[in-house]
Amino acid sequence: MGLIVKEKEFVIPGDVIAEGIDYLPAQDVFRDGDKIIAGQIGIVHVDNRLIKLIPLTGAYKPKPGDVVIGQVVNIGFNGWSLDIGFSNLALLSVRDGSSDFIERKSDLSRYFDFDDFLITKISNVGKGNLIDLTMKGQGLMKLQDGIIIDVSPSKVPRIIGKQGSMITLLKELSGCKINVGQNGKVWISGEDFEKVIEAIRLIERESYLSGLTEKIEKLLGGK
Amino acid sequence: MYIKRSDGRGFDELRKIEAKVGVVKSANGSAMFRIGDTIAIAAVRGPRDLYPKFMQNPKSGILRCNYNMMSFSVDERIRPGPSRRSREISLVTENALLPAVDLEEFPNAVVDVFVEIVQADAGTRCAGICAASLALADAGIPMRDMVCAISAGKVGGKILVDLDKFEEDYEGGSTDMPVAFLPRRNEISLLQLDGGMKKDEIIKALELAKKSCEKILEVQRKALMEKYQHG
Repeated sequence: MGLIVKEKEFVIPGDVIAEGIDYLPAQDVFRDGDKIIAGQIGIVHVDNRLIKLIPLTGAYKPKPGDVVIGQVVNIGFNGWSLDIGFSNLALLSVRDGSSDFIERKSDLSRYFDFDDFLITKISNVGKGNLIDLTMKGQGLMKLQDGIIIDVSPSKVPRIIGKQGSMITLLKELSGCKINVGQNGKVWISGEDFEKVIEAIRLIERESYLSGLTEKIEKLLGGK
Repeated sequence: MYIKRSDGRGFDELRKIEAKVGVVKSANGSAMFRIGDTIAIAAVRGPRDLYPKFMQNPKSGILRCNYNMMSFSVDERIRPGPSRRSREISLVTENALLPAVDLEEFPNAVVDVFVEIVQADAGTRCAGICAASLALADAGIPMRDMVCAISAGKVGGKILVDLDKFEEDYEGGSTDMPVAFLPRRNEISLLQLDGGMKKDEIIKALELAKKSCEKILEVQRKALMEKYQHG
C-alpha cells in the first residue's frame, strides 16, 4: 500500500508507482486496478495525493493557452492551417487571425502567406485533436526576420527558466529578441544570434546540471 | 542427446546482452539491442500525419512496423527489399508491440517503427522487438508496459532459452519458439512455434522465457537510465 517508488525517482513505462486508492493519477500516469503506473519515461512528482511524471522526452502535446510558433502550410476559405510540430494541423480562422474587416472571398494570403511563421496562441483543443489558434493577445505576430531553431519540447521549461529567469538573461546579455514556443521552436532575431544558439544548445545538453546560469553568463560575456 | 551447449552456456542462460538508447539522432526515438551476435537497431518516427488518407483512423493513432535485414547481416548476401519473411515479421512485431502502446491521444496519426537487423545469429525478431520497445519509450510514446522478447525451444530433447544459429540448425532436431512478454501485465503478446513440442514442454519453455524476460527488462531499464538519468 502507498507509494512504492520515491519522489524524484526515475521510472520507465510499466513501473508501478503506487498501490491502493490513496493516490490519484495525473499527467503521464494511469490507473490499472488498484495500481498507479507510469506511462512514460520520467521523474516521479508527488503533489499531495496527485502523482504525476515530469517527462524527460516526448512529442509536444498541445494545451489551451500555450504560445507556439507555427508555419502556414495551407490556406482555406475561412482560415489558415498551421504546422505546429504536432501530428495534426492547427487551424487559425479568419475571425481570430486578424482584427481587420476581411470581406468574403478575399485573398487571405495578403495577411499570412504560405510558409510564413507566426507566433500564435492555442485557444482551444477539441476532441479528435482539433486545435484552434488565435492571433489576439500580447506579443502574437507574424515573424518577418530572424531565424527559428528546433529544441526538444521537454527542454522548453529549462530554456525559459523559473519565472522566465533564463530567457530574460539570454535577452539581456545578447540584445536579441527571443521567443520560445512551447512546441520547441525558438525564434531569435538580432545581431548576436549565433551566440544565443550556442547558449540554447548548452542548456539543452546540460539541463540537468546546476550552475547553468553562470555558464551562460560566461558564454555570452556577461559579468 | 544434447548435453552441453556449443558455447558453454547453461540451458537457462542468455547470451551477452547489450542495449543502447538514442543511436539514431534524427529520429524521435531509437535504440540498439544486441544479444550475442544478433544486433538490431530500431528507430521510431512520429506521431506524424498518416498518408494515404484512407488509412487514417479518427479514433486512435496507428502503429506501423517495418522489419528489414541488411544484405550483409547473414553469411550469404540476402536480396535487399521486402520479402515474404520480412512482411510476416513486420506484422508479428506490430502485434507484439500493440498491446503495450496507447495511441488514443494521436487520432489520424501514425507512429512508424523501423527495425533493421545489422547482424543476424538467430532470434532476430526477438531482438527487434526489444529494440523497438526501447525506441518507443525513448520517443515518449505513451506506453502501458515495456515489451521483452526471447526465443525458447527444444534442442536435441533439451528445453532451453535463447537459441543461436548453431542450435537452430541442430541436426538432432530443433524447435524454436519466440515469445514476447509484457512483464508487468504478465501477458504474452507474441508466440510462434517452429517445430514440435509437447504441452508440458511448452509450459516449461514458457516459464524459462518468462524468467529470461525479467533479465532483459533490467537491461532495458539500465539502457534508458543511462541516457536520461545522468550521474
